[in-house]
Amino acid sequence: MAVTVILPRSLVSLLPGTSRSTEVVATTVAEAIDRLDEQTPGIRNRLVDSGPTIRQHINVFVDGELAKLDTPVRPNATIHVIPAVSGG
Amino acid sequence: MTRTLLLVGTRKGAFVLDGGRDRRGWSVSEPLCEGWPIHDLQWDSSTGSIYAGGGSSWYGPAVFRSDDLGKSWTHSSEGLTYGDDGPKIPTVWNVTPAHGSIFAGVEPAGLFRSDDGGKTWTHVSALRDHPSRENPGWTPGAGGLILHTIVPHPTDTDKMWIAISAVGTFATEDGGTSWVARNRGVSACFQPDPYPETGQCVHKLVMAAGDPDSLYQQNHCGVYRSRDGGSSWEDISAGLPSEFGFAMAAHPRDTEAAWVIPLSHPEEGRVAPDGALAVWRTRNRGDAWERQDRGLPQEHAYVGVLREAMSTDRGDPAGVYFGTSTGQLYGSTDEGASWQMVADHLPPIWGVQAIEVD
Repeated sequence: MAVTVILPRSLVSLLPGTSRSTEVVATTVAEAIDRLDEQTPGIRNRLVDSGPTIRQHINVFVDGELAKLDTPVRPNATIHVIPAVSGG
Repeated sequence: MTRTLLLVGTRKGAFVLDGGRDRRGWSVSEPLCEGWPIHDLQWDSSTGSIYAGGGSSWYGPAVFRSDDLGKSWTHSSEGLTYGDDGPKIPTVWNVTPAHGSIFAGVEPAGLFRSDDGGKTWTHVSALRDHPSRENPGWTPGAGGLILHTIVPHPTDTDKMWIAISAVGTFATEDGGTSWVARNRGVSACFQPDPYPETGQCVHKLVMAAGDPDSLYQQNHCGVYRSRDGGSSWEDISAGLPSEFGFAMAAHPRDTEAAWVIPLSHPEEGRVAPDGALAVWRTRNRGDAWERQDRGLPQEHAYVGVLREAMSTDRGDPAGVYFGTSTGQLYGSTDEGASWQMVADHLPPIWGVQAIEVD
């Protein structure tokens, strides 16, 4: 099931080869991040901390709702990755 | 004839400054490493790579690498973890190349090693297995529980010293398989027992040129020297305006020469005493100190200088450089006798490293 992941500009700038909008096949947020990491090794480490959990100052939204790694994603969903205001 | 570069880590990115062949007319790069907070930059002269350690509050810890003197960078934190059940690592405080490997010191205090140029990292777990971490426990200083200094032996690949605030100095002589505390004679003046085995707040550890057994440290409670690889320490603070400070640098050739920047006591702001900025030099292993302030502001200079923010080059006479917590970068090309401002208006400076390139 294809979903669209929207990445922040700062992350795209940090990881050459990524783009702001990417389609991946996934059923959870964690799977979507894993698919991104297969395309661009290292992106998972930027978004996921030990636990594993989404990093403290990164917010992930699925169709506008705040999500966690195990949050399911429906077909054609949109996942926004947004650096939190609290981060700096 | 070589060019001198300054690798500068700041709260808002890394910078590379080029002083050319005469160490004057410094050019300043744009902010590097995507503007990440960068604590420390080091040069691997064997490969020509620059390594930068830091951490983003959004994206976590990373070691950056540049193979073209800072024009382009890659980064990685693969393996920079204590595992899913361990504490989270927010940032890298020190990155040090040695004998073909790269070592990284992180917060909370631990040591990691890379044998592939920083692409992947492996935890040197024996250090955190030291019994002092459980009893009496490792407690953080004001900057956190940080492994901030890594001093490799110049020729013996099995020997290394590391420093943790506020835990003290540790050494290995078997390539990191086991570690021993090396704090005898160093005061923990903020504890009821001022001379415990561990718990000292070492701020910076340096090795004297050409004598691996000769170490110096700037500590929360004084400046110290050791002639036996850290097995015992002797207070050499007498003659300094304050026993407190962070930065320390050794002369590139003279075993007996080193510089410190004393700051006001912790409860008095940790800034240049009386607002008069000065570097202090010893030329006899700390038996005596001389104030070096020509060219430095002597009024209203309430600035701090942090632990990685002073460095020497290999020129003759040696250059000495330091950066302030308010973004001024000063340099001397006559071993501290006179000072010039190298750059102003940088972000708060955390690390300064001088290197020579062709």
